[in-house]
Amino acid sequence: MKTISNSFSMKKVGVALSMAAALVFASCDNDDTPDPVNEEEVITTLIATLTPAGGGTTVTLTYTDLDADGPNPPVAEVSGNLMGNTTYNGVIQVLNETETPAENITLEVLEEADEHQFFFEFTGSIAGATATDTDSMGNPLGVTFDLTTNTAGAATLSIVLRHEPTKPNNGLATAGGETDIQADFNNIIIQ
Amino acid sequence: MQLFQLLTAVILLWAPPVQDSPCTLQFSGKVVDFHSQLHLSKAVLELYRPGSQELLQSVSTTDGGAFLLSELCPGKYTVVVSHPECRPITQEIVIRKNLSQTFVLEHHFEELKEVEVFGSKQKEETRSALERKLNEGILEQYSSGTLGEALKEITGVNTLNTGAQISKPSIHGLTGSRVLILNNGVRMQDMEWGDEHAPNVDINAVSNVTVVKGAASLRYGGDALGGIILLQPDQLKIDSPGLSGKALISMQSNGRGGTVSNRITQVFEKNWFAQVQGSYKILGDMEAPDYVLSNTGIRQGAAALRIGKQEIQQGITFDYKYFASSIGILRASHIGNVDDLIRSINSGQPEVIHPFTYEINTPRQRVTHHLGRIVYYKRFERVGRMDLSYDFQSNRRFEFDIRVGDDRNKPAIDLELTTHTIQADFKKDSNPNKLWEAGILGRYQENFPNPETGVRRLIPDYQRVEAGAYLTHVYRWKDKHSIDLGVRYDYSQIDAKKFYITSRWEERGYQEEFGDRIIEDLGTQLLVNPVLDYHNYSWSAGYQFKPDNDREFRLNFTCAQRAPNPSELFSDGLHHSAARIELGDLRIQSEQSKKLTASWQQSSSSWSWIIEPYINYVNDFILLEPTGVEFTIRGAFPVWSYRQTDALLAGLDLQIEKQWHPHWTSIHQFSYLYGQDQSQDIPLINMPPINTNHRLQFDLPQWHSFKFEVQGEYVFQQTRTPANIEVLSPNIQSNVLLRINDAPDAYVLLSAQASWQWPLAKGSVQLSLAGTNLLNTQFRNYLNRQRFFADDLGRNIQLQLKFNY
Repeated sequence: MKTISNSFSMKKVGVALSMAAALVFASCDNDDTPDPVNEEEVITTLIATLTPAGGGTTVTLTYTDLDADGPNPPVAEVSGNLMGNTTYNGVIQVLNETETPAENITLEVLEEADEHQFFFEFTGSIAGATATDTDSMGNPLGVTFDLTTNTAGAATLSIVLRHEPTKPNNGLATAGGETDIQADFNNIIIQ
Repeated sequence: MQLFQLLTAVILLWAPPVQDSPCTLQFSGKVVDFHSQLHLSKAVLELYRPGSQELLQSVSTTDGGAFLLSELCPGKYTVVVSHPECRPITQEIVIRKNLSQTFVLEHHFEELKEVEVFGSKQKEETRSALERKLNEGILEQYSSGTLGEALKEITGVNTLNTGAQISKPSIHGLTGSRVLILNNGVRMQDMEWGDEHAPNVDINAVSNVTVVKGAASLRYGGDALGGIILLQPDQLKIDSPGLSGKALISMQSNGRGGTVSNRITQVFEKNWFAQVQGSYKILGDMEAPDYVLSNTGIRQGAAALRIGKQEIQQGITFDYKYFASSIGILRASHIGNVDDLIRSINSGQPEVIHPFTYEINTPRQRVTHHLGRIVYYKRFERVGRMDLSYDFQSNRRFEFDIRVGDDRNKPAIDLELTTHTIQADFKKDSNPNKLWEAGILGRYQENFPNPETGVRRLIPDYQRVEAGAYLTHVYRWKDKHSIDLGVRYDYSQIDAKKFYITSRWEERGYQEEFGDRIIEDLGTQLLVNPVLDYHNYSWSAGYQFKPDNDREFRLNFTCAQRAPNPSELFSDGLHHSAARIELGDLRIQSEQSKKLTASWQQSSSSWSWIIEPYINYVNDFILLEPTGVEFTIRGAFPVWSYRQTDALLAGLDLQIEKQWHPHWTSIHQFSYLYGQDQSQDIPLINMPPINTNHRLQFDLPQWHSFKFEVQGEYVFQQTRTPANIEVLSPNIQSNVLLRINDAPDAYVLLSAQASWQWPLAKGSVQLSLAGTNLLNTQFRNYLNRQRFFADDLGRNIQLQLKFNY
């Protein structure tokens, strides 16, 4: 039979293993506190400011979800009633209020206007809502828009921001893309 | 060595002529085992004319290990003593008168796993559990595919897919952390938690796969409720020093790319060896029958190095494996909210279809895995063998989501998982009828989620410590019966630091139980330090009856426990790819499986069959299911929560093989699984449907080892699914039924394959041509998460060239 070489002995391997073990368990003492992450792309707030074209009281629609993906549902607020048979000039502002001061996400939407679009869906006493601005390709963007009211009554308005929709498109139903904001105002009163 | 042989030959040539002496001498003796001193029967003695290959006489030893060679002429001979389970020895003898000698063989040689000389002798991991193997030939067919797809060749094994490239093995309906993958003895630690995380294994570096269906093989861990997949590299022929290698080139039409892989092995003098292996895979967008599956390409590179010295009494091996991949995730599967999901499910066609490209855009994953291992073994005469090992793994995972602005190129997930393991195993095998195995293990793991992503961490910072010990025993009697018993204990502790959104902390009701673990209150977020301990006990008992070589019966009962994984405990947030909020629970306890398996195997010269029924009752089974809807500014999202219940999984695997003619064979496989949530009396989610697979093989060895196979696979529709859920669609302001649990229709897939082989001056070359989904059938697979968005793969033709040198 062949003689067994002693080029590596049990002892050496044992020493190596216990060194490895020491290393492993020494690295256990890790009391570093992780840094919190304050999400930058979070959208918490949508504010649509409606100014009557012929002058009058400004109405603000606010949609807020301060805990973002947390369990609390968003809150919709309408500052007052709209006037009947009136055209309003609307401006949308999108904010991340988890940061102080709040980050203005509208700027990012404008920067990447080609990849974004606000859609307006309505029922009841709203006659129409249309984007008044365009992206670099001449397609509607919707950061600014015109909203016209009918005679008095109740109305609902949904403002939807899609990322990477098909552009141009024939409206929300076939636009595709991903929903970044879905702001539903269900109790708008038109005087 | 060669010089030595030459010298011997020269000396022998000078030996005086012996022809005139009478040829009546006898050479007798015994062959015994080196360790146990037991007499070895069926050992073969061959007598050669010295320095030549001319065989003069050959004889086998009797049951008592004795041999007798007679009518020998006086002179010099070369004697080679071999035994199927031993390392052969060669010796020069001189016979002048009747000679008697005892030869000592190393009877454990077969168990030097990596240097197994007699490759045909396959070692089994368990005696009584359900066990199946895949050989290198089958694995090579999947050179450009995934490990998961190859494993589907085994009845009872399925995959849970996210597209074509991400494929997680599922055994008897259980997947994820319940399936252990051992890569050359090292338990893979690669964030197996999510459905969209595939094992980081290069199939080209694997030569042998053993699947144990269930947790019966306690040596590797007690928590393998689904089963264990053992991946083994090729067996080196350490007795024949020299250089050898294998190169493989594989090209495929679907994805318009392929794989190259090469392996070189050098065996040196004195039992040293070295092996390097590498592979690279590139595929562009995959294609369904009617459209391109945009952004489903892959790049994957892997390299492995193995150096070691293997001797009878001791050996050492060093392993290093590197694996990196970049995988595109179907663009159309990235969606915004529940309305987007409803639209996708209803439209029946992906929303984004671009022309074919090799480019991989967002969403995509990039994973890098390093694995290093050093293992030393020593044998003790008349006792057994001891193995000591240390392994290190580092897994880095990036997930790039579709993001806007400055964050466009920043990953949304950046995790780094580092694991160290030390292990000692001991095996007492001096008495082959009474085997004992025992071992201990220590493991330390650290997960670091990088906050630079600017996205709340999906998996928190944590440190995990694990310790385990096991003992198993096999008792055999009358060469027909054997009983095996095993026990194992595992301890694990997770020490995590996680930020919870305050409102989520309150909604989960953690304050009462874990309020004292809050370290810091940041207003909208809480930093919490949960420390969770788990004690798991597993045991197994089995019986094997093998009346003869053609029949075998196995029965096994295993009771095993698994501690919850980080995703079950800590998940908390929105998954864009699934448009759902996933919520883990800190209160989740270990789940416990009680599994009874049986198998009856019978074969004759022209046919064989194996039937394997099983029943698995899992207490506190951890499952993820839709539980409601939450609203965010992005719209409504279904909430999926982890829940524990009692589950029943029962099924049957069947395989029949029939040789109709010397050249014609057919193989038929069938598997059925019933999964039920016992507490709520509803079907379990994600259980594989009934499937049956039939193949007809033709081979003609005389025509360049020609082989041809045609295969038909029929997958039934899964009719047992949980109910769909109703969600409020903000777009239409009313409840709609979200058909999220409906299973796709049944389908048939046809495939075929042919191969030829030619010998070369040294080695051989093999050409094979294969086609899958030949009829370009449109289908969707219930176990593919992307079934909501797009059809599965269309026709694929693959051409492969293999060189052995």
